[in-house]
Amino acid sequence: MFFDSFSSFIQMGNHGIYVWLSYGIFAVIVAANFISPIISRKKVIKDLERQMRREQK
Amino acid sequence: MWQALTRLYHKLGSPKWFYQISGRCMPWFLIAGSGLMAVGIVWGLAFAPADYLQGNSFRIIYIHVPAAMLSQSAYIMMAVAGVVGLVWKIKMSFIVGKVIAPIGASVAIIALLTGAIWGKPTWGTYWVWDARLTSMLILLFLYFGVIAIHNAIESEEMANKAAAVLAIVGSINIPIIKYSVEWWNTLHQPATITLTKKPTMAPEMFIPLALTIIGFYCWFAFWVFARTRNEILLREHRTKWVKKLLTSKPANNNGAST
Repeated sequence: MFFDSFSSFIQMGNHGIYVWLSYGIFAVIVAANFISPIISRKKVIKDLERQMRREQK
Repeated sequence: MWQALTRLYHKLGSPKWFYQISGRCMPWFLIAGSGLMAVGIVWGLAFAPADYLQGNSFRIIYIHVPAAMLSQSAYIMMAVAGVVGLVWKIKMSFIVGKVIAPIGASVAIIALLTGAIWGKPTWGTYWVWDARLTSMLILLFLYFGVIAIHNAIESEEMANKAAAVLAIVGSINIPIIKYSVEWWNTLHQPATITLTKKPTMAPEMFIPLALTIIGFYCWFAFWVFARTRNEILLREHRTKWVKKLLTSKPANNNGAST
């Protein structure tokens, strides 16, 4: 471990705000890239199933 | 050899085959990407030594450089997919080109924002209109252009062709980004790592960077596969295999399984 304590890890020698803001933005955009195809997959499957049921009637 | 290649080529063009193979590959890309990213980020944030000039702000490199590299690689892939689609009229190729655009845009946004935040403690400013930063912003706008074409043009065939042409023409921007730090005076430092030379960074700084770069490319593959599979289901919903797939499995299965 490079830092002596947890608080110095958070502070990062006065650069904490820049480092953590960068990683925060990164985390949000990465999460969106993981979640968005899952949501659209559910929607696609739901729509197609509804369509199939309609055609069967 | 040649026959095997052409067979692979025709299989790649088949949505059904792509759907099955991608489903089998996806868990591995997810596991590899997440593992590499986790190790690389923890290493880079907590264990790598601070830079003697930039202090701890240099730790942004572990997400900035992977994002910057991937946003350019993704653009090249999109342009190549456009060429393949236009020349050989392969449907799958257009689908891949289409799904890369939003992912590439999001990655370019990561590169631009983390770069801007990194610029503040290092250069004293969030933004300068120099060659590297401006050409990266143009890359983002090119991604937006491709997305906009797909949204605006109703006819799928027309949209595919127009988006492919924009992707191909816009690829002139890629060498401009790459050489911008050499051709023009810029605040941006030259390439930290190149494929041809030994890294100038210390190994305990460089290894975590290599891990996050490879990990990010694995995640990218996962994202492209996930989105491509959705597009395949939509476009192929009249085929027998998609109908069979939909009726034979529970709807709430959102996993990567075939």
